[in-house]
Amino acid sequence: MSLHLTFTNLASVDWSLLLHRIFSPEAPFLRALWTTVYISVIAQALGVVLGTTSALAGLSRRRAVRLINQIYVLVIRGTPVIVQIFFMYFGVNLLFGFNVIPNEISLVGLVVPGAVIAGTLALAINEGAYMSEIVRAGIESVDEGQLESARAIGMPRRLAMRRIVLPQAARNIIPPLGNEFNNMIKTSSLVSFIGVYELFQDAAVHYSATFKPVEYFAAVSVWYLLLTTIWSAIQSYIEWRLSISDKTRRAGAYQSFSEWRARRKNETVLPVDQVHA
Amino acid sequence: MNLLDRRSRKGPKVKGETAPRAIAGPVVEALDIWKSFGSTAVLCGVSLSVDSGQVVCVIGPSGSGKTTLLRCLNHLETVDKGSVRVNGELVGYHERASGQLVSDSESETARKRRHIGFVFQRFNLWPHLTALRNVIEAPVHVLGRPVAEAEAEARALLERVGLGDKCGNYPATLSGGQQQRVAIARALAMRPAVMLFDEATSALDPETVGEVLKVMRELAESGMTMVCVTHEMGFAREVADRVVMVDEGRIVEDADPRQFFERPASERSRRFLSALH
Ligand SMILES: Nc1ncnc2c1ncn2[C@@H]1O[C@H](COP(=O)(O)OP(=O)(O)OP(=O)(O)O)[C@@H](O)[C@H]1O
Ligand SMILES: [Mg+2]
Repeated sequence: MSLHLTFTNLASVDWSLLLHRIFSPEAPFLRALWTTVYISVIAQALGVVLGTTSALAGLSRRRAVRLINQIYVLVIRGTPVIVQIFFMYFGVNLLFGFNVIPNEISLVGLVVPGAVIAGTLALAINEGAYMSEIVRAGIESVDEGQLESARAIGMPRRLAMRRIVLPQAARNIIPPLGNEFNNMIKTSSLVSFIGVYELFQDAAVHYSATFKPVEYFAAVSVWYLLLTTIWSAIQSYIEWRLSISDKTRRAGAYQSFSEWRARRKNETVLPVDQVHA
Repeated sequence: MNLLDRRSRKGPKVKGETAPRAIAGPVVEALDIWKSFGSTAVLCGVSLSVDSGQVVCVIGPSGSGKTTLLRCLNHLETVDKGSVRVNGELVGYHERASGQLVSDSESETARKRRHIGFVFQRFNLWPHLTALRNVIEAPVHVLGRPVAEAEAEARALLERVGLGDKCGNYPATLSGGQQQRVAIARALAMRPAVMLFDEATSALDPETVGEVLKVMRELAESGMTMVCVTHEMGFAREVADRVVMVDEGRIVEDADPRQFFERPASERSRRFLSALH
């Protein structure tokens, strides 16, 4: 009985539509894909900058600076991203009484709508709070003696951070940063709710016009999967390159990419104490 | 050890590039410094004056405050009371016209530390930089010296500590003794007026202790002003101009090494020395 049902349901899937959506995407779809990619990349990049700033603020000797940072992390991590996106798009301009978020900006002939700007900013600010913890953990994993020897030789704290501590922290930051970006690609779909035409919005628009949820949402899932898989590959490659330069530092044996991957599977990965809302 | 031999180094002093600038008065002058951590009093009124070209070895039992004393000299620890002058300049503070002492800013403290070389027990080399880049890092980024010039000097310094062929090595590929010699070269690259050594050899394998002591001895012979916390009594006996015995945060004896090792004046020193045999 249930087998029969499953069979009928599967049979009702419009396979040619599904395959078409996956293999021969149309121009609006490609634009949506591009929008997802650039929003994710820009939001992540800004998130890293914000997160680093926030982590450094958290380590500041000034209490006021640490307090501001704590409030930022607390508020952002304690509220839903979707609320932050709506607040940024609908609330910020009203709050300030002038257009903090422009209606649109044109960059070298490219018109970027206000929703994209608000959405990207909201994602970046959200990401910054999570990156803050990651960067802080990365900095704290660097031996104290490193900052001390830098300061003892005459580097002001700031220079010592930039030249000595952060480059070493970066190695510990890169693996969790990769995971963050993977999340970002998926979370960016939320900006569809303020009207940004990205991957999910494209699927949703077609769905409401046709009431064919299976085809459109399955197809868009395949595309998200493709994006995250490509990113995973890039991430693995970056981590492998880093492991090579670590190896030459220790004068160890060179490992090919596949050897490295096989070995890495058996290694325990450092736990990162952050769970996305 | 033949105690009479040690004076043979007192020939004409070679003026190397790291020789201290001629100044009037002592290079290091600590006056009545007090330091506690919480309720533990670690330094209780220590005064120490080191003249240009002098080598002072600081010895004493574990926990007596030797490291803390050294760290106070370059303001890695803030003294609770008392003052430290290096090259006649107050470290960590400046004097108002009214005679009142005011804490230095971070950059001012950093500037004053340039003249104070510090060698750590655990080397604290920067692992992401090669030996050569460890040495040029501060001259280039703190003093703003041209890279080519700093590099030439760094090579000469590494040559001088016997590591001319290790310029391109990362710290992790060097033995402990080699790392410590790079650390010494790194401190010398700032052309310090005084070098502070905190048990520079006690984290080393017995085989490599000698190579570091040899470098320190040569440095002493070149006329460098040095304060060495050490457990190497042979070194203290042969190289030091003065031996300072610290116990429970106080200087219990400050004497010529020959006198100190043969006829220690204080009961505490006598007990300390007899415990070593
Ligand atoms: N940052 C700190 N916080 C609290 N206590 C400290 C700190 N640094 C040192 N102490 C305490 O101060 C005392 C003196 O320490 P210090 O490291 O100066 O001794 P030391 O003479 O160098 O000993 P050792 O020969 O073992 O190196 C010790 O009791 C130590 O526990
Ligand atoms: Mg010590």
